[in-house]
Amino acid sequence: MQENNISAGNLEQCLKCNLCTLVCPMMAVNAHYPGPKKAGPDGERYRLKDPQYYDYALKYCLNCKRCEVACPSGVMVGDIIQAARLRYAGHNLRDWALANTDLVGSLASPFAPVVNGVLGLKPVKSLMHAFMGVDSHRTFPSYSARRFTSWMRRQDQGGFDKFVSFFHGCYVNYNYPQLGKDLVRLVNAAGYGVHLLEKEKCCGVALMSNSMGAQARRQGEINLASMRKAIAAGEDILTVSSTCTFTMRDEYPHVLALENAEVRPHLMLLSKWLYQKMESGEVSLRFRRDLHLKIAYHTSCHMQKLGWRNFTLELLRKIPGVELVEMDQQCCGIAGTFGFKKENYAYSQAIGGRLFDEIGAARVALGAQSDPGFVVCTECETCKWQIEMSTGVPVMNPVSILAMALE
Amino acid sequence: MKEFDVIVVGGGITGAATARDCAMRGLSTLLIERSDICDGASGRNHGLLHSGARYAVTDKEGAEECIRENRILRRIASNCVEPTGGLFITLPGDSLEYQENFVRCCRDAGIDAVPISPKEALRLEPAVNPELIGAVKVPDASVDPFRLTDANIIDAMQHGATILKFHTVTGFVRNNGRVCGVRVTKPGVIRSQEIRARMVVLAAGIWTAGLIREAGINIGMLPSKGALVIFGHRVAGMVINRCRKPSNADILVPGDVVSVLGTTSDKVPFEGIDDMRATPEEVDLLLREGVSLVPALSHTRIIRAYAGVRPLVMADSDGDGRSVSRGIVVLDHEQRDGVPGLITITGGKLTTCRLMAEMVTDAVCAKLGVKAVCETALRPLPGSGKAHKDDEEVPYFKRAAIGRHGTEVSRMDFDLGHEIICECEQVTRAEIKYAVKTLGVRNISDLRRHTRIGMGTCQGSFCIKKVAAVLAEELGEPLREKEFIDEYLQERWKGITPVFWGDSLREAEYMQRTHKDEI
Repeated sequence: MQENNISAGNLEQCLKCNLCTLVCPMMAVNAHYPGPKKAGPDGERYRLKDPQYYDYALKYCLNCKRCEVACPSGVMVGDIIQAARLRYAGHNLRDWALANTDLVGSLASPFAPVVNGVLGLKPVKSLMHAFMGVDSHRTFPSYSARRFTSWMRRQDQGGFDKFVSFFHGCYVNYNYPQLGKDLVRLVNAAGYGVHLLEKEKCCGVALMSNSMGAQARRQGEINLASMRKAIAAGEDILTVSSTCTFTMRDEYPHVLALENAEVRPHLMLLSKWLYQKMESGEVSLRFRRDLHLKIAYHTSCHMQKLGWRNFTLELLRKIPGVELVEMDQQCCGIAGTFGFKKENYAYSQAIGGRLFDEIGAARVALGAQSDPGFVVCTECETCKWQIEMSTGVPVMNPVSILAMALE
Repeated sequence: MKEFDVIVVGGGITGAATARDCAMRGLSTLLIERSDICDGASGRNHGLLHSGARYAVTDKEGAEECIRENRILRRIASNCVEPTGGLFITLPGDSLEYQENFVRCCRDAGIDAVPISPKEALRLEPAVNPELIGAVKVPDASVDPFRLTDANIIDAMQHGATILKFHTVTGFVRNNGRVCGVRVTKPGVIRSQEIRARMVVLAAGIWTAGLIREAGINIGMLPSKGALVIFGHRVAGMVINRCRKPSNADILVPGDVVSVLGTTSDKVPFEGIDDMRATPEEVDLLLREGVSLVPALSHTRIIRAYAGVRPLVMADSDGDGRSVSRGIVVLDHEQRDGVPGLITITGGKLTTCRLMAEMVTDAVCAKLGVKAVCETALRPLPGSGKAHKDDEEVPYFKRAAIGRHGTEVSRMDFDLGHEIICECEQVTRAEIKYAVKTLGVRNISDLRRHTRIGMGTCQGSFCIKKVAAVLAEELGEPLREKEFIDEYLQERWKGITPVFWGDSLREAEYMQRTHKDEI
């Protein structure tokens, strides 16, 4: 008799109950996608026999991990699919450009005004649609002329005796440094200084979903090495993006086989860190009373997988003038680079439809039909692009809302 | 019914290959099977296409037969054979001298056995026990016994043979001592029917022993039970053998998408041969030994356990049954017992099925004065060969069917049948239709043998109702759905009960709750 049954990705734990199929956002809108069970544990048995059983329809997986949240047996359905894509799928130039957020960002940043202008031009969009397969409905997030890191290096953090390290991610660095500045303001207000990591590379999520595993692995090794140093110095590592966080905590060991057990407990979103510091009484923050915001909170897929949304919600509730509605947990449909590809645009919008309706309903529930103070709050930057493009409602990271609320 | 040239009794691999050979040589041929094709020992084995290496040390002749037939089957049955290659590994405690001798014996028998370093063995097959001290690469392969038997049956039919399934041979028609036909019954009909033929060939495995007594003849046969365990997925991509004197549980075969570990070898009484079950003790024994071949087996989920019966034949000169032969045995009962018209073919292995058929068909032809020569080694079986062009993109729903049936997929209608009915094994409606039309089935268990339906991880828990509905529709018997499900689930329990632990137990509970009306 065997004591336990373990296989890669817990493949054999699957009882074929199909709860994952039920929650898959892609299944609901796309008949070509076989669904998480068939693409995951079922397909894996065949792929183990012969890679020719790799099904190209696996490209439709959003890697939202809702299947894993739903699975009562602990099967790493999404990880199995993600790993199969890394092993067997190919990629093209467009995927390469979309995936290399780090490199493309550092090339674009110095020429930000020009790049932003050009990427927004209608003829350029049509050309990219036709020749690169980037959907013309999409606008690339605008690049910032000055990187977050160059701003950060000029900040004096010498007056603190306790520190955290900040993994800022590509979006903060190249597109939206303000979010990073907001974090620094909050952490400083909590009595901690902020360090950058010795070296930081893109977490690799976009590389992984575009089948560039080797590069993702190299970048992961660099990130983990820097984080280990920070942890050795007694620092936690804070983040603002749910996707980067989830990638480095869960995908590194499960999909890239990068050992991160000692890093994992110290790597977290600001909201978890701050909530715990405030609950323990170590930190107390005072919030303005005159900030009147009506917030619809959207749980991004990876936030759901992290299971941390309550930390954010509880922090937001501490702001006196805030009215908060938690929306039903739906996928917005963009799934990182997925929604930028023209062949996926229609699926992306069909999946997001239910969330967009929810946002409309939340607006009504908050009595904010004509209120400029209505925002959607979420930790994921790609959700932000999707929701802003599709509904016109401004989307804020909770870090920015909390920073704005500081007295 | 007309008089046939030859009646073959038994629809296992030997009978199927014999019917094919007879039909190809122009004999009017009838094959009679009491149940479904491949329902006996032919469907309850390792699915190992021997290179002969396992027999090289003890039985040179058997080893030579194996490697010859191995090469032939790769050629004529490419959709049934997967050229996985095999390893014989030597573990600490085993003798490297044995390995040296083994390689020498393999080469003497014409088997391409290449000693490799333990490091190279781990590179080729990372799942093998990393403590190995020696390894030899041999041309073992994996063969799907169901598909191979079906292919022989289909080819026999295409050459004019008649296949009579679900009919039991109860005795022989005699004329002046000569056997000139058989008496058969079918379920639900009391009167037996006589079917005449110029020759009768018994190819009924261990069941031959009982049948032949009806002709007043005795063959010393011993049923030897072999138990095997199926693991949920491919743990290793190659056949893994232990390089030592053949013993229990020393072969792991990658069979289709699962891994099969076996086997045991125990003499059992004749009373039990119709209801062979693996016991929890046998599973324990297999696991204990198997783990030393491939350590991951200690925690890989087991789907089920099963057992088959080898027919061991005692040499005629041997009174007490000590010396048994696993070689091919053709008994001409005219010569041996003074009963003309009757020949028995037994012994042998799955790997040598074609050769057994050739030998017995030669004997039949000699009796009938037919001069046609055997061509079974030259002509590919149905399904063998390339099913699609190299640059053709094959739709996903077709790939599993191609993997099983090869070129036979051209006879499947995917336009209306591309929906996947059994999800673990990716069986489409098109494949079900094909099996019903081409091979004839009574129930889901029959369908399983011809398609892999319900052979996967969930053992039918999830899809069996869909399968029952589709089968009832295809057979035009809509009222039998529930009966189909009952029969199937009862049969599955047989193999699940000996491995009631871990995820198999969870699955069984899930099955029981999903189908509480049926179990």
